Amino acid sequence: MTEYTEIEMMICVAARELENGATVGVGTGAPCAASMLAQKTSAPDLVIIFEAGGICPELPEMPISVGDSRTFYKAAMAGSMGDTMEACSRGLVDYTFLGGAQIDMYGNLNSTIIGTDHQKPKVRLPGSGGANDFASFCWRMMVITPQDKRRFVEKLDFRTTPGWLEGGNSRDESGLPLGSGPYKIITNMAVMDFEPETKRMRVISINQGYSLTDVQENCGFELLTASNMVETLPPQENELHILREEVDPYRYVIGR
Amino acid sequence: MDIIDQGQGTLFADPDPDKAREFFRAKNRKMENKVMNLKDAITKYVHDGDYLAIGGFGANRTPVAACHEIVRQGRKNMGFAGHTATHDMEILSAGEIYNRLDVAYVVGLEARGLSPCSRSYLESGKVKVTEWTNYSLTARLKAAAMGVPYVPIRNIMGTDTLKYSAAKTTKCPYTGKKVVLMPALYPDVSIIHVHEADVFGNSKFRGIAVSDLDLANATRRLIITTERLIRHDEITINPSLTRIPYILVDAVCEVPFGAYPGTMPYEYFSDEDHLREWMAVEKDHEKFKEFLSRNIFDCKDHDEYIARNGGPKKMRELRAKELLLHKEV
Repeated sequence: MTEYTEIEMMICVAARELENGATVGVGTGAPCAASMLAQKTSAPDLVIIFEAGGICPELPEMPISVGDSRTFYKAAMAGSMGDTMEACSRGLVDYTFLGGAQIDMYGNLNSTIIGTDHQKPKVRLPGSGGANDFASFCWRMMVITPQDKRRFVEKLDFRTTPGWLEGGNSRDESGLPLGSGPYKIITNMAVMDFEPETKRMRVISINQGYSLTDVQENCGFELLTASNMVETLPPQENELHILREEVDPYRYVIGR
Repeated sequence: MDIIDQGQGTLFADPDPDKAREFFRAKNRKMENKVMNLKDAITKYVHDGDYLAIGGFGANRTPVAACHEIVRQGRKNMGFAGHTATHDMEILSAGEIYNRLDVAYVVGLEARGLSPCSRSYLESGKVKVTEWTNYSLTARLKAAAMGVPYVPIRNIMGTDTLKYSAAKTTKCPYTGKKVVLMPALYPDVSIIHVHEADVFGNSKFRGIAVSDLDLANATRRLIITTERLIRHDEITINPSLTRIPYILVDAVCEVPFGAYPGTMPYEYFSDEDHLREWMAVEKDHEKFKEFLSRNIFDCKDHDEYIARNGGPKKMRELRAKELLLHKEV
């Protein structure tokens, strides 16, 4: 059996979600690794877009910043933040990957504060950055995150970034672009999507080595389960080889 | 116009386009030599209480030398646009130069982690904070650049980011769709670092623009720091390469390696060791004080800071890294 780590697992699973020819707005770290892996496996024509303005680069190595020079190396265009975000707003960008300190059952994210006093928070986090923009505009938002109870919470301390808001039709009614929203949540334990009516998080596949009980016990809210729940396809030999040798040889992401 | 929803945050800059027009009416249009040293430019154009914006993207084409000079001169009570603010914010937080902050991205240094100094300053309660997003601040600068009081966009609705912003939601009179209005942001003063500028301020830079084109148009006063001064005829021979025209510019300062320890595209990559040192030393109050003395307060200028952190040899290493020479076979 092939050995792999949980971060390698999440990156491989995320990469498979990106079909050839799609556009994806990415940040640094695992999202970038997943997008690069997709380009080198099943989606050679995947278009990577960075919020600071890099459009369709040939990433020579992992960027440290979404605005560093790697993000527009041999790119189609070194544009602006407006170029990127307005392409997203017009509906040209299919996917984005985000993260956060907290996520709730509707896929809303918190990356602003821990605590309740906004002007004097217990922990000040970076804020939205481009997360709210990407999640508002891109057709399908995905999250790559380790799963634990502190992160998967009943109630966010601050709703920085929109998921399905309060579920049901609430996102459509909010004024955010119609038809966009959270799509998949990829953790070390499972892959979740959202039940179409209630828009609540739903387990669709469970990673090797974990059970549904593990997944639920590491989640602060009740998860729904798909009727045809399966085991997540583990990372394949060729995916791991490319990830380790070509995508992240210095282990910036997979070595964490 | 019916307001459906609005944020409770404070608006730190007046979006009134006529007040901005009055300012721009009086702005100098002469094509004259604006070269001065950075110290004088900061003294002349950056004042206590001003609203400040910094170009580039955190630690990429960021006017780091200017941030140091602002801290060295002890500016206080400023407003600050925390737009993609990473290492620039870390420096300005160390000097506690601002007390009101528009947040899009703050405190973090992306993949590098969070700055303990920026974090504790924001957690102290000494800073008044209004929330936005990266694109919201871009849109606010765009509105100012257009000379209109706001632009309607379609993010942040349904979130606490809207609740703690100063944006307002209304219905579009054409489509009936909800839109969120982003108030124009006219900074009092901004600083943008570029590759090349002539003595009048006509500026060229390479790589991504981030939000600098809108910022250059939106800001009342603009200081350009440049890696190199060039002859004016290098501008006029191909004016399609000019990113910022001289009429927007108040001062031009030649500061080689002016974005160090950040990245300057095609020139030098970020000094990750030094950025790590910053974040590590911030955890210890006494050590941080010594560190700031050594790197900012006891430095006469950016040249001295560079000399204290590896000098020309280090700059050559960072240049090799930026040019990916390790990949040449």
